[in-house]
Amino acid sequence: MNANYKINADTQPLLDVVHARKSFIKGDGGELLVLDDVNLTVRPGEIVGLLGRSGSGKSTLLRLIAGLSKPSGGAVNYLGSPVTGPAEGISMVFQSFALFPWLTVYENVALGLEAMRLPRDEIRRRSLAAIDLIGLDGFESAYPRELSGGMRQRVGFARALVVHPNILLMDEPFSALDVLTAETLRTDFLELWSDGRMPIKGVILVTHNIEEAVQMCDRILVFATNPGRIVSDIQVAIPRPRDRNDPAFAELVEQIYVEMTAKKGRATARVSQTSGSGIDMILPRVSSNILAGLLETVAAPPFSGRADLPEIASELTLEIDELFPAAETLQMLRFAELEGGDIHLLPEGIAFADAEVDERKRLFARHLLAYVPLAAHIRRILDERRTHAAPSSRFLDELEDHMSPEVAEDTLRALVSWARYAEIFAYDDETGQFSLENPT
Amino acid sequence: MSTTRTAWSTASRGAPSRFDVIAFVLVLGLLAFFAAASKGVMAPISSLDVTPVSLDPWRLPYLVARSTLRMLAALSLSLLFTFTYATWAAKSPRAGRILIPVLDVLQSIPILTFLSVTLVFFMSLAPGRVLGAEIAAVFVIFTSQAWNMAFSFYQSLRTVPNELTEAARSFRLSSWSRFWRLEVPFGMPPLVWNMMMSMSGGWFFVVASEAISVGPTTVTLPGIGAYIDLAIRQKDLHAVSYAILAMLCVILIYDQLLFRPLVAWSDRFRFDSEPGAPVPSSWVLDALAGSRLIARALRRLRGFGRMLGAAVRVAPGSMSSDAAAANAENLDRIATGTVACLLGLAVWQAARFLAPDLGLHDLLSTLGLGAITAVRVFALIALASLVWVPVGIYVGLRPKVARVVQPVAQFLAAFPNNLLFPFAVAAIVAFKLNANIWLSPLMILGTQWYILFNVVAGASAMPGEMRHVSNNFHVKGWLWWRKIALPAVMPFYVTGAITASGGSWNAAIVAEVASWGDEHLAATGLGSYIANATTDGDFHRIVLGTVTMCFYVLLINRLLWRPLYYYAERKFRLS
Repeated sequence: MNANYKINADTQPLLDVVHARKSFIKGDGGELLVLDDVNLTVRPGEIVGLLGRSGSGKSTLLRLIAGLSKPSGGAVNYLGSPVTGPAEGISMVFQSFALFPWLTVYENVALGLEAMRLPRDEIRRRSLAAIDLIGLDGFESAYPRELSGGMRQRVGFARALVVHPNILLMDEPFSALDVLTAETLRTDFLELWSDGRMPIKGVILVTHNIEEAVQMCDRILVFATNPGRIVSDIQVAIPRPRDRNDPAFAELVEQIYVEMTAKKGRATARVSQTSGSGIDMILPRVSSNILAGLLETVAAPPFSGRADLPEIASELTLEIDELFPAAETLQMLRFAELEGGDIHLLPEGIAFADAEVDERKRLFARHLLAYVPLAAHIRRILDERRTHAAPSSRFLDELEDHMSPEVAEDTLRALVSWARYAEIFAYDDETGQFSLENPT
Repeated sequence: MSTTRTAWSTASRGAPSRFDVIAFVLVLGLLAFFAAASKGVMAPISSLDVTPVSLDPWRLPYLVARSTLRMLAALSLSLLFTFTYATWAAKSPRAGRILIPVLDVLQSIPILTFLSVTLVFFMSLAPGRVLGAEIAAVFVIFTSQAWNMAFSFYQSLRTVPNELTEAARSFRLSSWSRFWRLEVPFGMPPLVWNMMMSMSGGWFFVVASEAISVGPTTVTLPGIGAYIDLAIRQKDLHAVSYAILAMLCVILIYDQLLFRPLVAWSDRFRFDSEPGAPVPSSWVLDALAGSRLIARALRRLRGFGRMLGAAVRVAPGSMSSDAAAANAENLDRIATGTVACLLGLAVWQAARFLAPDLGLHDLLSTLGLGAITAVRVFALIALASLVWVPVGIYVGLRPKVARVVQPVAQFLAAFPNNLLFPFAVAAIVAFKLNANIWLSPLMILGTQWYILFNVVAGASAMPGEMRHVSNNFHVKGWLWWRKIALPAVMPFYVTGAITASGGSWNAAIVAEVASWGDEHLAATGLGSYIANATTDGDFHRIVLGTVTMCFYVLLINRLLWRPLYYYAERKFRLS
């Protein structure tokens, strides 16, 4: 909690998001819901985390708040009045830094002030102050391409702070940085925040890193996918500065893992209702190498068939963005079960981990055909046709009845890569043809 | 410069849509209109009275300066066109759907047709007749430069990284300053590269447009083109050599004073933020950057820009409200209606213009002539590829040689090769060679270099590791060419071949007819058909020939080059 503010229920909220919805129009005229009934209040002195994996709509929500896009329903209110465009007093730090490569550090920082048409002296004074605050002294005349990733993101911070925003929006600001740099930048940021040296009153942080969320936020909103929505609101009461080795820290991380996997179970059920469990099941793009690696790791000691997801994540240095889809794919293929933040292998999963290459492929092929309806569907059509070939467009069209073209493409790509590993059918990208050319 | 782009390679992808057809008809209808208008006003204008150009070599600097001025004027116009047309097409998707195919069609129209159908029109517009001719010449040069610049900028606007746009919007930059501070800088490096390509084409048409007859209207504008025209009529090879020498100097000066600085300057706008690539440098730019006078002038300019920005200040990227959206939809509906009306008008106009005088027979014969020219173009491209691909790969793999050859090849591509035609024609006349065969190489004289320098660029871009692998596995001889060298340069080669092919079609009009003194040579083909129609002032045949050539160029692009380009791009692009 920022030192300058006390929790006070009476304080006017900085930001109030009420029943916000966002949907996009699909190619066939249908509606694709990416954000459903989101409610969110940010009070002065709060860092609020939006935690979820890609596709959960958290970045979409951030863009609604930033006034970069418009909600399809509901409202976003900033200081009591609706946001109708990029608002003065809300500024943003981007994942890819989004610096202008042809402007120097100073010019990048000054840009926002120039757009406000301030006098030249004031622009200069405030820009230099922001550069100084964020630790970029001496780099004023450098171009972004001369800087390391960490320094570039510091420019991103300076540029966002220089306009003296009330709310700072951060869109996965540390995810493009290496672990060490990210940690340094987070610590520096938290220090400035706790000392109240930044001109901001509230922060919204989008992240898919659970530990980052626990370290930085006062409140964490957990998002689920399909459609993106908030499934829980977790208060973080650990005093700052927070230590990752603190048992309370680890416990909260564990609790969020449980939350996310448990919710995910319900979410899957819900997906099944909305998008069916037949050929229209959405498949994540997970490499068969990761699946095999995960099975092996969980099967081997010290886990011996049952593992805690946070431990596995740190053991394999996987972000939840990679770990969750992999774990869920194993669950879908009936190689493993997920519950209570744990993954435990089913007998088939252990058999897979123990098997040699060819046996693994046979096992994988059996499960793929048995539990992924789309795989069975494609295989059946290829078997039925005299040419034993079919164009990918045929299946894409079918999928697009149920999902957006991008998701359909991803689903088919995911299946192609698994089917190639399992050798249940072949795919020629050049011609876009599925065939039984190299079947087992 | 290792980045290579062609004009239409950046055009919209995919199968021909109805918009292509609409665009085709629209543009040609407009041409027919101009031709008809010209025909109407032709009678009162008698032969133009112009100061004759003498062959005194000391007059060359003045003449060259005049030509250069035309070039600069056209370049400015092209920039203006680029910033407006491409921006409109990119910002309004609906407008873009018709504007981009229109650009595609415009690009396939032989440049000289623009001259023949607009010359008289422009001359009737201007009170002083020489001024009218000047405008026509500038317009022709403009048509040889503007299209690919607009394409390049359109493409850039469409690919501005989303987060940068969002950053600009969230910091509440007005759309005016967003344009100048984000979009223009982002599009600058490819635009500068395309300007250079445009200039190369431009010189060719400066030369061609300064001495031209459309029917009874003869225009001789003081310039290097008129000089060489006179030299040809007087069979003066010395004068031709002087002109070539003067041109060499001009191109060198242009390169040093204008393009080197531009390229070095635009390098700061490169978006890939990786350090390490060699930074282009220019002594002129260094000198300018060091000058305090220039710095002061720039500050003034920036202040002026800000004032202008304040004047046209638009609400900072606010989201379009429902009312505005409805409004835009209405506007679009009106625009669509207008396009439909224009389309009808264009068809009617073209039919009315062409139908009475031209029958099916004419159509078939021009199609036949087009086929002959097509065969010529393909044969020449194949021949040039056979020579220049191996040479290019050889050179490209040797950085030291490449450093020498690359600028020379680019220079040769920029050189207006029609200055060299007199030598070839004099030889054909002297040895009594078959014009049908021996005039053909002139079509590719200037354009073959595109193949060479693209292949050199491709071979130099081949990663060292790939070469080491082939050494390591002892991949040699034909296997090496087939599996490594040719695939590695494929995307680059296709880019070069496309540019060469487009240029050759354009050059056909100049190359299929040639004269040396009183000797007139002509090769059978669509180029000579259009050229002769122009000399006769027969607008029906000019339009018919143009439509046919347009049809061939578009067809070949759509059916051959474009698929080939995407195939090479997908399959062979390293990265």
